[in-house]
Amino acid sequence: MNLTLHVWRQKSPADPGRFATYQARNISPHMSFLEMLDVVNEELIARGEAPIAFEHDCREGICGSCGFMINGVAHGPRRGTTVCQLHMRMFKDGDVLWIEPWRARAFPVIKDLVVDRSALDRIIQAGGYITAPTGSAPDANAVLVPKEDADRAFDAAACIGCGACVAACPNASAMLFTAAKVAHLGLLPQGQPERWDRVRGMVAAHDREGFGNCTNIGECEAVCPKEISIEVIARLNRDLIKASFRRPRPARAAAAV
Amino acid sequence: MEVEGKVGTLDARIPPGPIEDKWNRHRFEMKLVNPANRRKYTVIVVGSGLAGAAGAASLGELGYNVECFTYHDSPRRAHSIAAQGGINAAKNYRNDGDSVFRLFYDTVKGGDFRAREANVYRLAELSLNIIDQCVAQGVPFAREYGGLLDNRSFGGAQVSRTFYARGQTGQQLLLGAYQALMRQAAAGTVRMHPRTEMLDLVVVDGRARGIVTRNLVTGAIESHVGDAVVLATGGYGNVFYLSTNAKASNATAIWRAHRRGAFFANPCYTQIHPTCIPVSGDYQSKLTLMSESLRNDGRVWVPKRAGDTRPPDQIPEDERDYYLERKYPSFGNLAPRDIASRAAKEVCDQGRGVGPGGRGVYLDFSDAIRRQGEDRIREKYGNLFDMYERITGENAYRVPMRIYPAVHYTMGGLWVDYDLMSTIPGLFVGGEANFSDHGANRLGASALMQGLADGYFILPATVPNFLAGVKPDGLAPDHPAFRAVEREVADRVKRLLSIQGSRSVDAFHRDLGRIMWDLCGMARNENGLRKALQEIPALREDFWKNVRVLEDDLGLNQSLEKAGRVADFLELAELLAIDALHRAESCGGHFREESQTEDGEARRDDERFSYVAAWEFTGDPGRPVLHKEPLVFEYVKPTVRSYK
Repeated sequence: MNLTLHVWRQKSPADPGRFATYQARNISPHMSFLEMLDVVNEELIARGEAPIAFEHDCREGICGSCGFMINGVAHGPRRGTTVCQLHMRMFKDGDVLWIEPWRARAFPVIKDLVVDRSALDRIIQAGGYITAPTGSAPDANAVLVPKEDADRAFDAAACIGCGACVAACPNASAMLFTAAKVAHLGLLPQGQPERWDRVRGMVAAHDREGFGNCTNIGECEAVCPKEISIEVIARLNRDLIKASFRRPRPARAAAAV
Repeated sequence: MEVEGKVGTLDARIPPGPIEDKWNRHRFEMKLVNPANRRKYTVIVVGSGLAGAAGAASLGELGYNVECFTYHDSPRRAHSIAAQGGINAAKNYRNDGDSVFRLFYDTVKGGDFRAREANVYRLAELSLNIIDQCVAQGVPFAREYGGLLDNRSFGGAQVSRTFYARGQTGQQLLLGAYQALMRQAAAGTVRMHPRTEMLDLVVVDGRARGIVTRNLVTGAIESHVGDAVVLATGGYGNVFYLSTNAKASNATAIWRAHRRGAFFANPCYTQIHPTCIPVSGDYQSKLTLMSESLRNDGRVWVPKRAGDTRPPDQIPEDERDYYLERKYPSFGNLAPRDIASRAAKEVCDQGRGVGPGGRGVYLDFSDAIRRQGEDRIREKYGNLFDMYERITGENAYRVPMRIYPAVHYTMGGLWVDYDLMSTIPGLFVGGEANFSDHGANRLGASALMQGLADGYFILPATVPNFLAGVKPDGLAPDHPAFRAVEREVADRVKRLLSIQGSRSVDAFHRDLGRIMWDLCGMARNENGLRKALQEIPALREDFWKNVRVLEDDLGLNQSLEKAGRVADFLELAELLAIDALHRAESCGGHFREESQTEDGEARRDDERFSYVAAWEFTGDPGRPVLHKEPLVFEYVKPTVRSYK
């Protein structure tokens, strides 16, 4: 099949950027979307034009590197699927596709479809962990975890940090990402001691990075390739309110290793 | 071909004493660094996968000043994340007869008696601590209704010792290590350098003292000085172009270190994983693994008759050949990876393969679904079935999966001693990047175990032992040795950009992959390997005349990144073929057609080849020098590895 692609081209962060139009010819329905872009890039290189820069790595839907908007939808038309796992059988001959990077103040464009998502790492640094220094752990079966809690924790922990939730949100909020980690760790007994400081710290970092507030629109849940439920945000909000009644950890202790 | 190798040049420095006591005793005998002095030492960690992230976080916790590098935008992207099935630990929670010694035994045997006993024993011991550590971090392993941890069995073992988090165990373990790393980044003990690629190693006065990197966003070439350097940069499976590795996985860090003096061990030991989704066309960019855990419930079969093109549901039971169950009745569908892969190739070579092109076999769940119900199967493997459906458009609850072997893991890597130190003092190597524990074949659910054993427990003990013997000397990055390497790196970048040839980097990479898969893949023979040794240097020469890398080196340039990596693969491929040619025996993942039994099983030759082949770089990639580390088996006597 043949498709028309309007692709966002932006040489550098300072460049204003624009859409460029390319034809993708003789595309097999068995190709992945990224393999289709590989074909387009090979043609561009043959013509002496710069290939389209996009992030990708595992191409198995788990590393979270890939992601861009296809006709205004993060990761494209198939629910619960990253663009690397989206196959061309989802499209038809003659389709016209608009491809552009995640758009959010906290995700500046680096080049073409590549954006800087390091803000997500800084949210994790603000408390998205359990303090368990190497070597100090008790036997793995010493703490019982009800299967249901472990399963729900896993559902939240499945987040791949791709940033689609931010791109889809009209407020460019990273609340689904933040809440998924708060829920994952907060559902487990090991995560209880730091539960309240964690939620406070991560939400503060989220706001500092310039992500918008959550207003329960639900676009994030609709595009999340791991289908993480917006319920985790409700859980975060409950935890945040409860945390506000508790004394925060002293700053000195928080900074200690 | 037998190659005279130098014997006695390599000292693995295995501690004395009974195998059960070696590690404990060694831990006591190793030197310590006073806590107040630790921050005066800088440790460079390259890579942020399981070994790198766990190592960097743990060294940071101890108080060392750690600099951690990754070419990804975030450490959480490292390819460890894609491991599906699970992680082994000899907990014996099932009461099914498991023990540290049994895990040790299974791993030595699974590696076809080509691994170092002392290292493997330590790995089995540490497997217990790893699970404890990961649970404490909040890794959501599968649980029983009573709240205890669940287990499953994996290839090459008759006990259930594999811990798992649905089909995303690697993801959850990596996120645990990543979160520990982020905690240290916040605490200021670890400084992260994302989107920064190591392009060379700097050796000063015979010691590894730092690295030269390229900032992938700005193009800046920079030097970083340390008191020790740890490479945890993964394997080299992408030398085959098509593999289950991530697209960016590459060998540049270890290859550059090899060129600077680190010996490369057993490069020909590559693992072909039996259960991957078959190739669907020329545009194929990578192959996708379907976890080995599926073989717990799936049955592998092909039609008995060659050229039988009926749909699977129209082939009656007695016209199907469940060839793994037939050939290996005691292990059946859970035969180890090397054996299962070769068996699949064999039936396809006989014309009995299924699907387009005839390079595929069925992995059939219909019996398991009948016995356990679709819901139970969905619970265990739902995400894998979904992934299969997304890629192939087929519903594996209704029709059998089609699978075929693909390159998955490389057991070879930089040679290291018991302390995971390479032949360059101060250069340590962890995870898949080293050669240490898997011999000629890795068992399922052992890669995660090894990466984390190296990262959480071994390197944080052995790196300080090294540091205790050296003084922080304030070496500056403008030292002439660093300046010289910076110039070499910059010149190479400029050279790649100046060729302006006619073929893309990917075109060369695909060509290399074809040579390697056809001549140095699942089955190898002398003629084929000699042919490969002519084709690889010719392709390399063409690459340096004809590659086309557009744009400049002042910003993000993904073609330039790939070009440097493929240039290194073009050298490593030659060493791989040289090693494969010299090892005229079949062992583990290395199958030489000349060395097989009458019924087509691998024939090992312990008399001639019971050694680690460690290659020294001489300046000419075609003429490496072989050093042999003889393997001594005191606890597991090498036998014919039978799974029948």
